[in-house]
Amino acid sequence: MALASTTTLALSILFLLPFLSSATVEEEFHEELLLKPLPDRKVLAHFHFQTEAPVAEDSFARHHHLFPKSISQLVKKFHIKAMELSFTQGRWNYERWGGLDPISSQNAKPPGVELWAVFDVPQHQVDAFWKNLTHSLSGLFCASINFLESSSSYSAPKWASQSALGSLRYGTLPREAVCTENLTPWLKLLPCRDKAGLSALMDRPSIYRSFYHSQRLHLKASMAPADGLDSGIILEQTLTVVQQPNIQKTDLSFSNEFKIQPSWSLSSIFGRKVNGRCVLAKSSNVYLQVERDLVAQLEKLQKKTATYADNDTGIDVLRGDLGFEVSITPDRVHRELEKSSSILYEYSIKEYNDTEQFDLGLTWKYPVVWSCPLAPLYASRFLIGSGNERGSIAISLKSTELTKGFIVANNVEEKCKLQVNVLQIVPWYIKVYYHTLQLLVDGKPQAATDFIERMSVSPSEDKVSTGVMELVLRFPCEIKSAILNIEFDKGFLHIDEYPPDANQGFDIPSAIISFPDFHAGLQFSDDSISKSPMMSKLQEKSPVLSYTEVLLVPLTTPDFSMPYNVITITCTVFALYFGSLLNVLRRRVGEEERLLKANKAPFLQQVINKLSSRFRGGLSESTQPKQPSSSFITPKLIIKIILVAGLAVVWQFYLK
Amino acid sequence: MAESETVTATKPRVRRFVRFGIFLISHSNYVSFIGFVSGIVALLLLPILAKNTYISENALMPGSANNMLSTQHVFHATEFVNDLTGSVSESHKIIAQYMSALEAEVTYHKFHPQLNQFSPLHFFTSPDSGIVSKNISCSSLGINIAGIIRAPRGDGKESIVLVTPYNPRRVGPGEALSLGIAYSVFSLLSRVTWLAKDVIWLVADSQYGEYSAVSAWLREYQAPAFREVDIDNSETCNAINELGQNPSSDRKLYSGFRRAGTMAAALVIKVAEQGNRHEDILNIYPEASNGQMPNLDLINIVNYLGVHKRGLRVKVNKMLSLFGSRWLNTLGGILESLGQIARSLNPQWKFGISATEYVEGAATLASSLYLQGLGVPTGPHGAFRDYQVDAITLEISPKVSPDKMISRSPNEFILRGGRLIEGVVRSINNLLEKFHQSFFLYLLTSSSKFVSVGVYMIPFALLVAPLPIVAGSLYAEASKSTPSSEVVVKHNSWKWLNSARKVLAIHLWGAVVSLLPYFLYQIPNSTPTTNFTVWGFLSALSLLILYFVLGSPIFESPTSQPEKDEWASLKSVTIATTFIGLSLMSVINFATAEIGALLIVPICLIARPLKLDIQSRSFRTLTRATCNLALGLIVFPPAAFFLVKGAFEDFYGINVGDYWNWVESLWTWNSATYLYVGIVHLPCWALCMHILFHPC
Repeated sequence: MALASTTTLALSILFLLPFLSSATVEEEFHEELLLKPLPDRKVLAHFHFQTEAPVAEDSFARHHHLFPKSISQLVKKFHIKAMELSFTQGRWNYERWGGLDPISSQNAKPPGVELWAVFDVPQHQVDAFWKNLTHSLSGLFCASINFLESSSSYSAPKWASQSALGSLRYGTLPREAVCTENLTPWLKLLPCRDKAGLSALMDRPSIYRSFYHSQRLHLKASMAPADGLDSGIILEQTLTVVQQPNIQKTDLSFSNEFKIQPSWSLSSIFGRKVNGRCVLAKSSNVYLQVERDLVAQLEKLQKKTATYADNDTGIDVLRGDLGFEVSITPDRVHRELEKSSSILYEYSIKEYNDTEQFDLGLTWKYPVVWSCPLAPLYASRFLIGSGNERGSIAISLKSTELTKGFIVANNVEEKCKLQVNVLQIVPWYIKVYYHTLQLLVDGKPQAATDFIERMSVSPSEDKVSTGVMELVLRFPCEIKSAILNIEFDKGFLHIDEYPPDANQGFDIPSAIISFPDFHAGLQFSDDSISKSPMMSKLQEKSPVLSYTEVLLVPLTTPDFSMPYNVITITCTVFALYFGSLLNVLRRRVGEEERLLKANKAPFLQQVINKLSSRFRGGLSESTQPKQPSSSFITPKLIIKIILVAGLAVVWQFYLK
Repeated sequence: MAESETVTATKPRVRRFVRFGIFLISHSNYVSFIGFVSGIVALLLLPILAKNTYISENALMPGSANNMLSTQHVFHATEFVNDLTGSVSESHKIIAQYMSALEAEVTYHKFHPQLNQFSPLHFFTSPDSGIVSKNISCSSLGINIAGIIRAPRGDGKESIVLVTPYNPRRVGPGEALSLGIAYSVFSLLSRVTWLAKDVIWLVADSQYGEYSAVSAWLREYQAPAFREVDIDNSETCNAINELGQNPSSDRKLYSGFRRAGTMAAALVIKVAEQGNRHEDILNIYPEASNGQMPNLDLINIVNYLGVHKRGLRVKVNKMLSLFGSRWLNTLGGILESLGQIARSLNPQWKFGISATEYVEGAATLASSLYLQGLGVPTGPHGAFRDYQVDAITLEISPKVSPDKMISRSPNEFILRGGRLIEGVVRSINNLLEKFHQSFFLYLLTSSSKFVSVGVYMIPFALLVAPLPIVAGSLYAEASKSTPSSEVVVKHNSWKWLNSARKVLAIHLWGAVVSLLPYFLYQIPNSTPTTNFTVWGFLSALSLLILYFVLGSPIFESPTSQPEKDEWASLKSVTIATTFIGLSLMSVINFATAEIGALLIVPICLIARPLKLDIQSRSFRTLTRATCNLALGLIVFPPAAFFLVKGAFEDFYGINVGDYWNWVESLWTWNSATYLYVGIVHLPCWALCMHILFHPC
């Protein structure tokens, strides 16, 4: 039986082989790690795992060798064209860790969960597919992604992706806490999990101790069997971690001088070493990137210290004699094309095994100060106003060094313009008045229409949909600062719509600021390097993207601990109701009518008389204070009170 | 039942509730006496009824973590203090350098000191964003320095603010020490991993007042005007502009104003300039403008950590003059013995407190009432409350004077203070939601005892309750005395309208009087005394004008013959409006309403034309007349001010100009007490005077 099955399998493979080869050849897995020292004494580690699988008509039913089946089923079931899910903790520091390089614009994500997906289905089905997808993902990744199901928590931005007009959905959960329960299912998608290869470095405590970590899952499916060429699914899993090497309590240097950068090694960052590659991986490489500015600074320093000693720079670079020392000689060194270029050291970990472990270390020789390339405009967002009624959101854009460089570069042109795209999504309880959009350029209020090229606003609908504002702005390049200010009123939620810990306030998700004129991408000449999926990703010309801060808006919250008051009020209402009801039932109408007849007066007059006499009677009583007191405080009443008081005293002292 | 019904059916049946009301109105004299006396008794009982504070929010967990502030931090802080006291001229630079060495984001905030301006429609409105007068030179710019530590793994939505005011022109030893304490905590927080909220350390330039510096920074933080001030670019300011650059290596960094999320709480740290020779004392100042208080939990944490962890003596403001008063001590003794008797009856009754405790509680309560009623913040923390941020000022008064301490070694003191602040910050850092769990409306009777709103409402309610009853009884009397006929009823209503018109006119006069200082303020070079006299004169003049205008035949009622009991209707309307005014004020600032009720209610209740009293010539009426006269003198606002001031502070060296100064301070702080005095208290007093001297 087994034999028969294997033969049929072999036969089928034989049959299928021509089709398969015409599509993608076979399933592939790559694992890579990029390490980069950061200016503020921290180290960036960027893991990149890529799994590719070919797609045939019936391939979803089949077993995959490397590709995770759950993902392929997801793609098949929900007709996903592209999808990205990220779990992030901490904030990416755009000033110190850079805002222009591909890692920051592709992998720096807002805190919490961010999910976007493009579906390959007709427009009217997209929402339904999105809802199902959120539930599946929340099951798959042990996260509350299912909260993105309700239409008031996701949105459909129009211009975020030109190719997928109308079929893109985007949602964020800024408050989602990210922890190891989210990482484990993510690791399960890897063929070697975290048992072998680079993923073995992922020591949970050291990852969650980091200053920033973002785990991302990017899915791209191209279902175009007509082309025959690129049809397949590409699953890209990245983990970006920013860590401080050796945080020691004794390392409290308060001196004001330039500090030497801490030296580090893989084992000191992660507490583990690489025991060899994942055998299923087609390539497993480790890269060490030295940034442009760092290289420039180091070269400057070197010129200062050793002007007369003419070293061969080629050997110099290879040996790592650039102001720092690398513990292992790199297999290859790549330099960027441009003049001030970054250097990339490449290590292949194919030869390493349990006995000879890979533990890349970097030792600094002298202190260097450098900075990362910043995004053209530094974006920050804040709230204005206080109280529970209204406020405004302000997005401030400030020019950085790069903009100045941009001006110089584009000086030839008559009018240099800088395009900025802003996408701001606001939950419905923040009622934004879009007509109040105010634009201040260089501290002066300007007509917004002068700078806004395009604008798309879809106002929020109460409890139904979020408000989306997309702006395409064009500023002159010599701009110093710009502030976008938009006012809002705070809405009221129904009592059961409040989330737990409602008194903390409510989040406004990050705004996305992108600069389409700028491209984050490294340029290497080597063809060999572009074979590596991570490097090809880094060389991709993608627009520079940055996220602003998440904002916290305090809303009016009811006192949730007031059931007592509610009970009291309810009881009062009940008492009044039943009291009056009983009164009505008990009353003898016939008797009253007889009395009326006896008085022989018309009914209205009677009532008026009664009322006036009651009023006057009340006043007349005040003339003779003795009489009402005798009517009110009767001896009977006093006896009653004394009796009750006596009972109370007896109860208090003797019966208790 | 049927029998009784037939009995009552013959005469109009009156509901029990109405009957009770009528009973009260008919006995208004007794009711008002009982109400007033019981109100005062209840007020005096408040120290006994005070409850112990407890930490209401579970997330706070004060003191559950071990202190991490080590001697090394303190050592560096001492270094910082020495550097700071060593070179005064470059204190800005030194502070910024030390901050940026901790990898904090440092920004300078330049501000113009705001002049004290009285804008009549400024009460209750949110702080305005910058009325900057144009002709301020560069030298008068203040510079705040703010350092921000970002929480390593936090999402940056919330922040905690530490404020240390200091004067860069002359850094006092106490200020230097407070900076040292803040620095030690800041240096610890820059390294810790547990931080969930960003920490802002604001070094406020207090050369133009602590409050104005902090409020200028807050205005920029919460409600920026987005205007580049032109002065910044002028040449004379270069020296200051240089400061604006980032001091150390990160020159590329963005040097604008930085923010860090919604503020969860703010702590103002101060060290008293004089030592007190006994022990280290921690003074807490919680009162913000218009009697707003921070959440009680914030005081609780500080008190808990100060007392139980750091062994400090925690104090809140007290009326020291009350300690010597004999009657309070006797009262304390009586209450103590009463408590003992009660305990002997039933050991479960524990309402008695010792006499000394009672006196102390009463003194603290009085000061709490006074400071809240004044409506003037007791420190720079008041600026935070304007933006709904809970804040308190902590003033540590050391045993040894700071001057001596710096020359010797302040290490131990900084360690103690730093650990306290660290504990508080850590506790607030634990907070998931904003402060909402505990009380916002309370009076303190000691740092660990409070009277909540439910209890302190009672004395006020008892004080105020007789007012509508007396008004009702007066109305009833007046309408009873007139025989009921068609013409007289019409006439009657005219009478009411007349007195209502009078009361309204007097209240309008009150509003005019309270607006007068705005115009007086335009007079250049005036001393408080002249201002006060001019104000008084103008007020009297306007009253006279009003009197003549009202007396003119156009405004007189058609039946212009003098009414015998006109005063009664006038009094009834006066009392009714006073009642409304007091009730409204109790919502805005309870303490003001309470003190105001204590002053104004007695004269409202017993005011009666002197002529009538003197005519009848009995002992009772004569005492009433003298009482009226004395009360009329006391209740006159300046007189009341001097009395209250004398009672709570000291009679020594009181000047006529003081009243003007006091009033000035009230309107610069936008205190609603000023409005109360002008629009409720003064007209009520004038009307009572009118009633006293009414020609019946």
